[in-house]
Amino acid sequence: MGDRSHVEEQTLRLWLRIRRNWQLYVLLFLPVLWLIVFRYAPMYGAQIAFRQYSPAFGIEGSPWVGFANFIRFFNSPKFEPVIINTLVLSFYSLIAGFPIPIILALSLNQVKTRMFRNSVQMITYAPHFISTVVIVGMLFQFLHPRVGFTAVIAQSLGMQPPNWMGDPGAFRHIFVWSGVWQEMGFGAIIYLAVLSTVDPALHEAAVVDGANRLQRIRYIDIPGLLPTAMVLLVLSTGRVLEVAFEKVYLMQSPLNLGVAEVINTYVYKVGLLSPILDFSYSTAIGLLKGIVGLLLLITVNHAARRLTENSVW
Amino acid sequence: MASMSSYESNINKVNESAVDRIFMMGNTAFLLVITIIILLPLIFIVSASFSSAEAVIAGRVTLWPVDFSLLGYETIFEHKKVWNGFANSLFYTFFGTIFNVFMTIIAAYPLSRQDLVGRRVITIAFIFTMLFSGGLIPTYMVVRDLGLLNTRAAMILPTGIGVFNLLITITFFRTTIPPELIEAARIDGANDFRTFGSIILPLARPIIAVLALFYAVNTHWNTYFQALIYLKDQELFPLQLVLREILIQNSIDASMLIDIEDLVAREGLRELLKYSLIVVASVPVMIIYPFVQRHFVKGMMIGSVK
Repeated sequence: MGDRSHVEEQTLRLWLRIRRNWQLYVLLFLPVLWLIVFRYAPMYGAQIAFRQYSPAFGIEGSPWVGFANFIRFFNSPKFEPVIINTLVLSFYSLIAGFPIPIILALSLNQVKTRMFRNSVQMITYAPHFISTVVIVGMLFQFLHPRVGFTAVIAQSLGMQPPNWMGDPGAFRHIFVWSGVWQEMGFGAIIYLAVLSTVDPALHEAAVVDGANRLQRIRYIDIPGLLPTAMVLLVLSTGRVLEVAFEKVYLMQSPLNLGVAEVINTYVYKVGLLSPILDFSYSTAIGLLKGIVGLLLLITVNHAARRLTENSVW
Repeated sequence: MASMSSYESNINKVNESAVDRIFMMGNTAFLLVITIIILLPLIFIVSASFSSAEAVIAGRVTLWPVDFSLLGYETIFEHKKVWNGFANSLFYTFFGTIFNVFMTIIAAYPLSRQDLVGRRVITIAFIFTMLFSGGLIPTYMVVRDLGLLNTRAAMILPTGIGVFNLLITITFFRTTIPPELIEAARIDGANDFRTFGSIILPLARPIIAVLALFYAVNTHWNTYFQALIYLKDQELFPLQLVLREILIQNSIDASMLIDIEDLVAREGLRELLKYSLIVVASVPVMIIYPFVQRHFVKGMMIGSVK
């Protein structure tokens, strides 16, 4: 008897709390509706990966085919190159792009002259605000085999002007290093923010103990950055299958497709660009990518927590 | 930042050792090299855009305009497609950003209230979409089934709420608005709508500025992918898609080059006009960002608080 009235009382109290805040739920109505329509409805629709979708039958009406679409991808000659290209491009970007913003932040943090510091920051942030289309357009102009900057330099040195944009061997380097060029300044912001929260007393004590600047970077600044760096590393490892579609797609040409076709561009071409649109096949590849990405994130996060006690959750 | 300059000045009282002086020289050199690497391509593009077509095609431009000319810019300004794209991008950016900021704020405030039943579930539902999504085709099918394909709404409605932006806004509300303030408003007889309208919104001005910037630049002005998959009609194309045609696919209206008989000169103008276009397309954001970069930095800092 006592238990039951206790439960009833709790339900009543919960109900009162919900009713007291009813206006907050009104505010949340549109955002939640948006979330359901544009984010969760597609997850429901992703079931066509296991069907042979045809527009005439709709999502629920199309026949089930089990894992046929996935098996088709595993057996496709595109499977291996697409996966390898994606992983190579991702890890290359990660290895080149991850440490440089940290180094830049550590270096900037040492600068005492405010003017110099602000100017360097302002200039290094700038490329982040240039659109992908313009960046790739710039690459084409800058590396143009006749009128580009590299051609001008090569000619003045009496060398044969290179045609890097047409060279499949150069694709990965151009993609990765132009990315580093564009994002290193902006990527440093978060580390600079963290460095500004390092306790000044630590530095003062180290100076009193006779530590030089390099030693203070090594023993105070870098340990201070580690948790943030770890979280960002975990997040980017979880996204290795999501190579920047926008940029890769723009940089593709018939010449470099052998190294430049990645999962995301392939999904787009199969689903929306080929003469016979195959929604189910494209969705299956995308779903596979999504699930593997999620498992990867969970695994890496778990490993990071056990090894370093820093993790995203 | 203030605390940092104080510790720097304390340290300066101690004489710097020789090792430190050498280190600082190396450090300055390193930063100068980085700055030059960032600036070189930008200077080259700008110089080329102000040069003559002949100088560009002959590869005579390095770091200073050669045979100063505005021909590239004049040609662009006569190009209707570029202007149309510019106007469309302004439209999508303006209305899209208003929609994004509105949705983010009305979602973030309730989710920042500790006393809201179901707060955790809804927040997790948002965060989950960061980790996993239905994918390109299923999303496309939803947009198609809503009848949004090839409409201006397709450029705005699907962008809705960016989860990272939602999270920094929730953090902002939680750290800047004390629960006592909301409790006091309630005791004074204000309902939640009223509290939201006359207390929360005015306090939210700094975060609204940050959100508007993030959405305007990252979600709208600089992107082309949404337009690529949802729009067919050239009249609706944003600037980035027009740029893609000209810069990447090298397709330029023949009418723009028709006055020029000579093939070489025509080729020269074609290249020159690309340089000018790169400058024109980047100038709006480049002019604004130095004034607003501290807001970006602030946004990143709020985001880094876990």
